[in-house]
Amino acid sequence: MGIETTPALARRAMLAAGAALLAAPTVRAQGAPIKVGLVAVLTGPQAALGTQLRDGWTLGLRHLENRLGGRPVETIVIDDELRPDVAVTKVRAALERDRVDFVVGVVFSNILQAIMRPVTEANTFLISTNAGPSTFAGRGCNPFFFTTSYNNDQVHSVMGQAAQDAGYRRVFLLTPNYQAGRDAMAGFKSRFQGQVVDEVYVPLTHVDFSAELARIAALRPDAIFTFMPGGLGVNLVRQYRQAGLQNIPFLSTFTVDEATLPAQGEAALGFFSGANWAPDMENEQNRRFVRDMEAQFNYIPATYAAQSYDAAMLLDSAVRRVGGNLADRNALRQAIAAADFRSVRGAFRFGVNQYPVQDFWLCQVVRRPDGRFQTQTVRRVLEANVDPWAGECRMPGRV
Amino acid sequence: MNTTLLLVQVLNGLQFGILLFLVAAGLTLVFGVMDFINLAHGVQYMIGAYLGATLAALTGSFWLGLLLALPAALLFGLLLELLVFRHLYERDHLSQVLATFGVILFLNQGVKAVFGAAPLQMPVPEALSGGVRIMEGLLYPAYRLAILAAGLATAALLWVLVERTRVGMLVRAGASNAPMLSALGVDVRRLFMAVFGFGAMLAGFAGVMAAPILSVEPGMGDNLLILAFVVIVIGGIGSIRGAFIAALIVGLVETIGRSMMPDLMRLFLDASAARQTGAALASMLVYIVMAAILAFRPAGLFPVRT
Repeated sequence: MGIETTPALARRAMLAAGAALLAAPTVRAQGAPIKVGLVAVLTGPQAALGTQLRDGWTLGLRHLENRLGGRPVETIVIDDELRPDVAVTKVRAALERDRVDFVVGVVFSNILQAIMRPVTEANTFLISTNAGPSTFAGRGCNPFFFTTSYNNDQVHSVMGQAAQDAGYRRVFLLTPNYQAGRDAMAGFKSRFQGQVVDEVYVPLTHVDFSAELARIAALRPDAIFTFMPGGLGVNLVRQYRQAGLQNIPFLSTFTVDEATLPAQGEAALGFFSGANWAPDMENEQNRRFVRDMEAQFNYIPATYAAQSYDAAMLLDSAVRRVGGNLADRNALRQAIAAADFRSVRGAFRFGVNQYPVQDFWLCQVVRRPDGRFQTQTVRRVLEANVDPWAGECRMPGRV
Repeated sequence: MNTTLLLVQVLNGLQFGILLFLVAAGLTLVFGVMDFINLAHGVQYMIGAYLGATLAALTGSFWLGLLLALPAALLFGLLLELLVFRHLYERDHLSQVLATFGVILFLNQGVKAVFGAAPLQMPVPEALSGGVRIMEGLLYPAYRLAILAAGLATAALLWVLVERTRVGMLVRAGASNAPMLSALGVDVRRLFMAVFGFGAMLAGFAGVMAAPILSVEPGMGDNLLILAFVVIVIGGIGSIRGAFIAALIVGLVETIGRSMMPDLMRLFLDASAARQTGAALASMLVYIVMAAILAFRPAGLFPVRT
């Protein structure tokens, strides 16, 4: 049941299509939407983090009236399923079929590592809003890669410094037995000079911490440091409290945050965490962000959402600076690197490796007047901190 | 490592074993009696935890939540049986594995769609919120003692049901030779349905009991399911007694292995290498023990079919 076409008609159609193709770049520069591929894990056990990341971006665009630098935006949401192969396939499709102008997001470092080459080799800017592995901060730094989060090592070293400042002499370390867990211990030890009484690794699928808790009780350290993301952290925090160990200070990274606090509740009260942002930060941008996140999505945002929100503001400022013209990659890169926007964490700028140079805070879990739990800044631990890898980065001046 | 710590670790191991037994009991019944591989047993445990957490939040009481979650888990199990599993009994094991794996994916996403991806919490009941001081600076939560008691009570109840009642006799007969039982005029379908519903309820019970100490989240049953399979294979498929003994063995090996392996390795290796190899070896230990037991008793410790 095909449509009958005469040769002449077909030729005319071809010519019209050709003309449309030629005209396309100018049309895009004027009114066509900017396309952004947003990569987040939205299924499986870690989906809560990806959901935060996506919602933070969504709120950012809503505050910008769905425009980046005056041009309308179309977001293509990509669920990476926390599987690198899936992420690469879907991101390739977004680059080649949808012709996205930016790729934004990514919760986990292994996903970022997988999509790094496909995106940057297509001369497309990749803005990580959470994953910040050391691989791309030092020798592997890339002109097409920016992150609005941090370098992973920094967050762990914040807790090492905090333990040092607090005068703890004997600390017990507990992390899952995989690369990020070993990095966490190394990061902590890079600034902690006291004695590490024991280092314990547990499987990523661990559920019952009673054996480890008995060991902690037997060693009686001044404090423990742990990195237990997601459900692992929920189990550990609740069992730690139930075992009556809360008198031993609980220092952690990515273990008590707004994504897990609804399930940890009272058990996490008073526990410490290291972060570059917390919901209570006092500035105009942040108050609006937290208030509207709660109103729109009915939960308190965590860093995943805050860093995504910042990415929306960052791209808005960059597109505005180049007058909506994304074709000149060098100009666009300079515009992003200028970071001419108001971050929810206050001061924000990019270092030479295009990772943020920012303050890091010691945070503590508190109960708000309305009964919900959130983290709150206690004190600034590191000021305008540059990650330890930046010195190794030889960033090319032009692309 | 001193004796007190070792005793505490033994207690921890027993308690983890009991929790495993609660999950494995239903699995071994369904696998043994019906010769049906139900990978979805882990999600039934998850459903139990979600039902318990939701109903406890709605009623404001742990006990009411537990009481209501049990029939709800039973009904849910029967519904799954009616819709999916019933059509698989005649098929080979591969079809069962594929179909029940599909059920896992479907239900894991299902609970995420209904309850959201963030973990839920179920509070420890007021009466059991205290703890017993078992060593300097360490409380043993009363709730964990309650899990121990509940597990032992379940084991005793199952033993009476299986060994001392008429239904139990049919279940044992079904486990050793289902076609013969059918030929003797027993409605095997109905028996299967009852066993399956009961197994689902046991898994749900385990889920509710675990909810106050573990995080209630999508996929929470998947990790436990693997250990539950290890338990029923060691114990002998279909044997409640075997599942009980094997669950305690696995719980003890898991816990003691994890706490002692790194120290043991330190005899041969330097500290940092010992920690990592110790941790890696400890997570393999359960499977090594399984392989060793199967080498001597290929049908498990208490084989049902001879």
